[in-house]
Amino acid sequence: MTLALDLVSWACLMLGAAFVVIGGIGLVRMPDFFTRTHPAGLTDTLGAGLILVGLMIESGWSLNLAKLAMILIFLLFTSPTASHALAHAALVSGLKPWTKPGADSEQNRSKP
Amino acid sequence: MSPQFVIVAIAILATMGLAVSRAVVGPTVFDRILAANTFGTKTVLLIAVVGYLTGRPDFLDLALVYALINFIGVIAALKFIKFGHFADHRSESNR
Repeated sequence: MTLALDLVSWACLMLGAAFVVIGGIGLVRMPDFFTRTHPAGLTDTLGAGLILVGLMIESGWSLNLAKLAMILIFLLFTSPTASHALAHAALVSGLKPWTKPGADSEQNRSKP
Repeated sequence: MSPQFVIVAIAILATMGLAVSRAVVGPTVFDRILAANTFGTKTVLLIAVVGYLTGRPDFLDLALVYALINFIGVIAALKFIKFGHFADHRSESNR
């Protein structure tokens, strides 16, 4: 039984680490601020979630499980809120979302 | 018990490096706040993972507090950028 739990915990941790690194790479490669909020959100929710779940499985039924659950719930509430506040502040301050240079055809210009 | 935590810690450190590079390069101030926010969240994870690595589970309290403070910091930075100051000086003087 514990072997199965260890395997699941390992899988969660490795997947979480992979998503965290993918999000970090996305944060650097994306062309514009608004496109960068996507990988940043990706690492905040999925990467952090998987790593914390992996730690939860590792800790079993204990106080650590409760603390990890608190951290996970808190992160899942605050990181979307922070991303929303950030994107709203950026839009209000006049930062225009990036459009692909080639795609500035008639069809795009009609959008507000 | 610990090799997987070392791998995860290295992955988190790599992401923090990428976030710092985005913060340094980031053209607009919002990129920098976004990078700081990502950096803070990764710090939370790093504290939790290192806590398990060194066998000291009481690090989780630090991670929780850091998550709280990181969120407050991002919102405070946004307010400072939006309004240029934290509190209205005039309202404080005549209260």
